[in-house]
Amino acid sequence: MTPYAVKLATRHLLSHPGQTALLMSGVALGVGVFIFMSALIGGLATLLTLRTVGSIPHVVLEMPDRDPDILVPRSGAQVVLQKDLSRREQIAIWQPALPIIEGERGVTAVSPQIRGSAYVERGQALAPVGVIGVMPGKLSDIADIEAAIVDGSSNLPTDGILIGSRLASDLGLRVGQVVRLTSDRGRARSFRIGGIFTLGIASADRQAVYMDFTTARALFDLPTGISRIEIKVRPATDATEIAARLRRSTNLKATAWAEDNSQLFEGLDAQARTGIIIKAFALITIVVGIASAMLLSIVRRQSEIGIMRAMGSSKRLVVAIFVLEGTLIGFVGAIAGAAIAWLVLLPLPPVAEVQSGGLPIDRTQGDFLLAITLTTLAAALASILPARRAAQIDPVEAIGS
Amino acid sequence: MSDDDQILTVSGLTKIFGEGEAETVVLKGLDLSMKTCEMAALLGPSGSGKSTLLNILGTLMRATGGSHEMLGVDLMQASEAKRTEFRSKYLGFVFQFHHLLPDLTALENVMMPAASAAGRENRIMRERATELLDSVGLADRRDYRPAAMSGGQRQRVAVARALINNPVLVLADEPTGNLDRQSADQVMDLIRSINQTMETSFLISTHDEHIASQCQRRIELFDGKIVQS
Repeated sequence: MTPYAVKLATRHLLSHPGQTALLMSGVALGVGVFIFMSALIGGLATLLTLRTVGSIPHVVLEMPDRDPDILVPRSGAQVVLQKDLSRREQIAIWQPALPIIEGERGVTAVSPQIRGSAYVERGQALAPVGVIGVMPGKLSDIADIEAAIVDGSSNLPTDGILIGSRLASDLGLRVGQVVRLTSDRGRARSFRIGGIFTLGIASADRQAVYMDFTTARALFDLPTGISRIEIKVRPATDATEIAARLRRSTNLKATAWAEDNSQLFEGLDAQARTGIIIKAFALITIVVGIASAMLLSIVRRQSEIGIMRAMGSSKRLVVAIFVLEGTLIGFVGAIAGAAIAWLVLLPLPPVAEVQSGGLPIDRTQGDFLLAITLTTLAAALASILPARRAAQIDPVEAIGS
Repeated sequence: MSDDDQILTVSGLTKIFGEGEAETVVLKGLDLSMKTCEMAALLGPSGSGKSTLLNILGTLMRATGGSHEMLGVDLMQASEAKRTEFRSKYLGFVFQFHHLLPDLTALENVMMPAASAAGRENRIMRERATELLDSVGLADRRDYRPAAMSGGQRQRVAVARALINNPVLVLADEPTGNLDRQSADQVMDLIRSINQTMETSFLISTHDEHIASQCQRRIELFDGKIVQS
C-alpha cells in the first residue's frame, strides 16, 4: 500500500463527489441499521432483565436438600434416594453467615426471611397465600414494596400485614379490615390490613402477604431458625458467579435468579440471534453494494487501468488503488452512519425510564466500534475481487476499447 | 552509427491470434532492429500488423515465435513482472488517443509512470515533469485537468508523460491521428526536437505520408512482413 496508491484512490473519490457520497450514504444506512438493531436488541434485553429481576431476589440461600441416611448398606442392593420430608427445612444457624454474605463483592442487600404457606379467611371466603416475614427496615430490600403501596402504608406492626391488590380484589378486602390467617403449622391469628401493594407480578399481587419477622416466627413455629436468605446483587448478571461463591463460603444451597428464569434467557438468546441475522444482512447489503459499485467503476475506468498498466504500473498498485477506494468508502460511510445513529439515538431516554409503548433503545449497546470495524473489513473484502479483476485487465484491449 | 548503438533487435517474429479455423497470422517472421537516437516511421495499410508490432515491442503483448531482445534483455523469455519493470524503465508510449487520467492534473499525469514505479511522487519527479511540460509548451497548464485542455494540448501532455522515465525508445501509435494539421505539426516538431536533444529513439506508426516524411527512416509493413526498411 504505497502513498501513491492512497493518492490515486482518494483523488478518484474526491473527483466524483456525487457518486462517492451516494455510495457512502448506502454504507451509512447499513451501519445505521446495524447500530439501531444492536441498541434495540440490547435495550430490549436490558429492559426485560430489569423488569424480571427488579422485584425478585437475585440469589436465594436455603438449606441444602437432604437425603435420608442409609442405615444398612448392602452390596448389590438397589438404593433409591428420596428427599427427607420428615424435617422442616430451615437455616438453624444463620446469624454467622450474614457478615460473610454482606462482605461478598457485588452484594447490595441481604434479607433473612421466614416463609410459609397459609390461608386467609374472610367470612366464607378462603385464599391460599405465601407469607413472607421480613426484618424491620428490610421490607423493600428485595421487592420495592414501599414504592408499590397503592393504599394504606408500608408500616408493619406486629398485628399488621400487607397484601397484594389482586388478593384484596378477590376477597373484597380494604385497608383497616381484619382477616384471619391460618398457617400450615395450624396456628391461626387475626391481622389488620395495613397496606395494599401492586408489584405488577400477578403471583405476588395475588398470593404474597408481608408481615413482621417476629410475628412470622410465632405463626410458623420457627423459634430460632429462618426459611431462607434473599440477596440482591449488582449487576444482576453476576448473580450466578456470586451464588457459586456464596455456596462455597456458607455451605448453603444458593440459587441464582437465572436458574429459575431459563425461559427468559431462551427468549433473549432467540432475540439476540434474530438481531445477529438482521445485522448480518445489513453487512451483506454493504458488501454487495460496494462490490457492484467497484465492478461498475472498473468497467468505466478500463482504459485508465489499461494506460496505467501500459506505463509500467504493477498489478499490485492497481489492486491497492481499488481495495483502498472500497475500504475508504466503507470506513468513511461507517463513521458517518455511526455519527448519525449516535445523534438520532441521543435524545432517547435510558432504558430504565422507558414508558409503556416506548422503544427500549440502549445507545450504549449500539456496538458503534464493532459496526465501524466490521463495515470497514467487509468493504475491504468486497473490493478485493473487483480489484483483482482490474489488475487482470489486458492493457492492449483496454487501450483499444 | 555502429552496432554498439543498437537498442532493439527482433528476428523471425511471428504473432498468431486464435486457433484452428479462427487462426490469424498477423506477423510472419519479421526482422527489425533500431538504434539509439533513431526516428522511424512505421507505415502500412490497416491490418498490416503495425499496432501488433508496436504492442509486442512495447512488451504489452508476447510474440508467438521468434526472438525479441532489447538492451541485451531477452524479452521473449522474461516473466510478466520483469517485462512490466522493463517497460516502466526503458519504454515510453504515445497513443492515438491521449489516455490521460481524468482525475489528475497535467503535471500529475506526466509524473504518473515514475510515481507508479516509485510508489510516491517526489520533488525530483515534479521538477522533471515541470521541465517536460515546459519543453512541450504547457508550463502554464501544469495544474489543469485533461478536461480543461484542447486535444493538441492533451496529446502534448501524453508525449511529456512518455518521456518522464527517460526512455530509450518511445513507441507512438498514430500520435497525431486525432489532431488537426496544426496540432499534428506541433506534436511532430516536439517529437523531433526531443529525438535530437534527448537522444530518444522513436518508432511512429502512421498512415500519414506528411508525418512519415519528417522521420529519418521508413519501415513499411505489408501483410505481416517488412517490405521496406
